[in-house]
Amino acid sequence: MGKVLMKGNEVIAEAAVQAGCKYFFGYPITPQSELVAYMARRLPEVGGLFLQAESEIAAINMVYGAASTGVRVMTSSSSPGFSLKQEGISYLVGSELPAVIVNIVRGGPGLGNIQPAQSDYFQVTKGGGHGDYNIPVLAPASLQEIVELTQDAFNIADKYRTPVIVMGDGMLGQMMEPVEFGIRKVPELPEKGWATTGTRGDGPPKTITSLELNAESLEQRNHSLQRKFAIIKENEVRYETYKMDDADFIMVAFGTVARITMNAINKARKDGIKVGLIRPISLWPFPERPFIESRDKVKGYISVEMSAGQMVEDVKLAVNGHAPVDFYGRTGGVVPTQEEIYEKIIMVAGGILI
Amino acid sequence: MTTMKTVFNKTGGLTDKPTHYCPGCTHGVIHRLVGEVLEEMDILEETIGVASVGCSVLSYEYFNCDMTQAAHGRAPAVATGVKRVLPDRFVFTYQGDGDLASIGISEVIHAAARGEKITVIFVNNAIYGMTGGQMAPTTLIGQKTATTPFGRDVSIQGSPMKVCEMLSTLDGSAYIERVSAHDVQHIQKAKKAIRKAFETQKKGLGFSMIEILSTCPTNWGLDPFESLEWIKENMIPVYPLGVFKNKEGVN
Ligand SMILES: Cc1ncc(C[n+]2csc(CCOP(=O)(O)OP(=O)(O)O)c2C)c(N)n1
Ligand code: SF4
Repeated sequence: MGKVLMKGNEVIAEAAVQAGCKYFFGYPITPQSELVAYMARRLPEVGGLFLQAESEIAAINMVYGAASTGVRVMTSSSSPGFSLKQEGISYLVGSELPAVIVNIVRGGPGLGNIQPAQSDYFQVTKGGGHGDYNIPVLAPASLQEIVELTQDAFNIADKYRTPVIVMGDGMLGQMMEPVEFGIRKVPELPEKGWATTGTRGDGPPKTITSLELNAESLEQRNHSLQRKFAIIKENEVRYETYKMDDADFIMVAFGTVARITMNAINKARKDGIKVGLIRPISLWPFPERPFIESRDKVKGYISVEMSAGQMVEDVKLAVNGHAPVDFYGRTGGVVPTQEEIYEKIIMVAGGILI
Repeated sequence: MTTMKTVFNKTGGLTDKPTHYCPGCTHGVIHRLVGEVLEEMDILEETIGVASVGCSVLSYEYFNCDMTQAAHGRAPAVATGVKRVLPDRFVFTYQGDGDLASIGISEVIHAAARGEKITVIFVNNAIYGMTGGQMAPTTLIGQKTATTPFGRDVSIQGSPMKVCEMLSTLDGSAYIERVSAHDVQHIQKAKKAIRKAFETQKKGLGFSMIEILSTCPTNWGLDPFESLEWIKENMIPVYPLGVFKNKEGVN
């Protein structure tokens, strides 16, 4: 299959279908509505089912029900709707059910606007709902990468029995690029002996629940979840680096902003400023290794974000005081330009070098 | 020599686990009715139940079939997810009035409107049991609860919510009946109603719900016998029993 020109939101949807997702429960919200509409058209073609729920709360709980039967299931939303899904996401984690949740982030807080943003970073990477938990979060930077990461998201979800978030900013959802599907082979679905599908004479009844009234037992359950998170941290870290080898300064950016930052880096390099990039692809688990490996060699890091400064906290934790960490961000749905980022590089590089 | 004859048996629809319900609470009776119906229809192995939040939160330990536990109020959405994936299985929710009529009212209205082929067992005891006796949407006018210490006042808290009446106006609802668990005769009627609801689901006619008037001696501050009387004298006049919807004449 050759390349096709598609919109980001539709690429996620098609990638999900090709990953074997047959069930989608969603609710419209800009800038992700094309994903919902695409599923409405596409899923019946593969014998699947699309249902428009009455709210994001209902949608995520329908996902919970479908996931409890063992099928691949997905929902998507944008920031205000994603907030509503947090209740259900916490329950999915507590009951260890696999599902994929897409958040195409827009400007907030509150109703905010429909412009691209990354200001849900805390919400997606720090649990977000109630209780002690983390969820794998994948943040693609191109539409081709969306194809791969959406499929990986389903695989990670099934492998660890966990919800997985695919997070993009509104720009990624709305832009068009040529993409190629069907490059990855979809693995066989793992056995889901835990699924509640009716016993059908197949042993004693099964239960899916996140309730554990005894404090010690719930603590044990939390310990077991934490062990699982530790294994995910071990196995599922993803990142990309760019021109790091001789870098004096390292930019940190993900998603659309990473691409703009890369252009700013190229411009700065022409001016003789040795600057590189770490692009986290998994926002949780956050890629600590490239920081640990570089932090005693470089003069500093600059986190560039479409937020008032959220990922910069994880950067600081990874750098752990070994080097200065600076931040540049635009918020409210403003996308930083290549020139702005370049200026920031010059300012920081100049300030430290001179 | 006397020969012994079994006159009463435990139902295979329930597990052997002793329930945690207060003495005189009719949650236990209603569990038994649902269990008996599932057993008699021989559909236990084809059934997935959805437990809700409230005193019946642990019902997944009592029903002898696959069970999923839902967040407060969301059972109809969870049941929708299950049923849409497994249209040939029986799916039911078991919800209290706080769960269904308050936080989860949107989920149940829309499940009914869509005509989801699920069965809702709606236990109305006019109060929040589990959290210690606060007002429910179904609390009667004048009824004292932890959060209506002077009695429910229409001018402040509004009027009791009549869920059967409301849901029966929706085209997607197929079978809706209100029954009561306050005496033997009514308990038998309740069982028939539950069976009709599951038969409605079997025939694929749409959404079915059985509302069962139930006791909460603990939070009503009455003994078990007074509680049964209280249903008869105070609840039934506000919540009349009967069939509110029977789309294709299930009998
Ligand atoms: C989101 C959320 N809000 C509140 C609660 C607390 N809560 C637990 S049970 C309950 C009331 C249940 O009452 P009802 O549905 O009438 O059932 P009953 O206990 O009377 O059987 C509430 C408010 C909760 N578990 N989750
Ligand atoms: S608190 Fe009320 S509803 Fe709950 S078990 Fe006790 S009597 Fe039943």
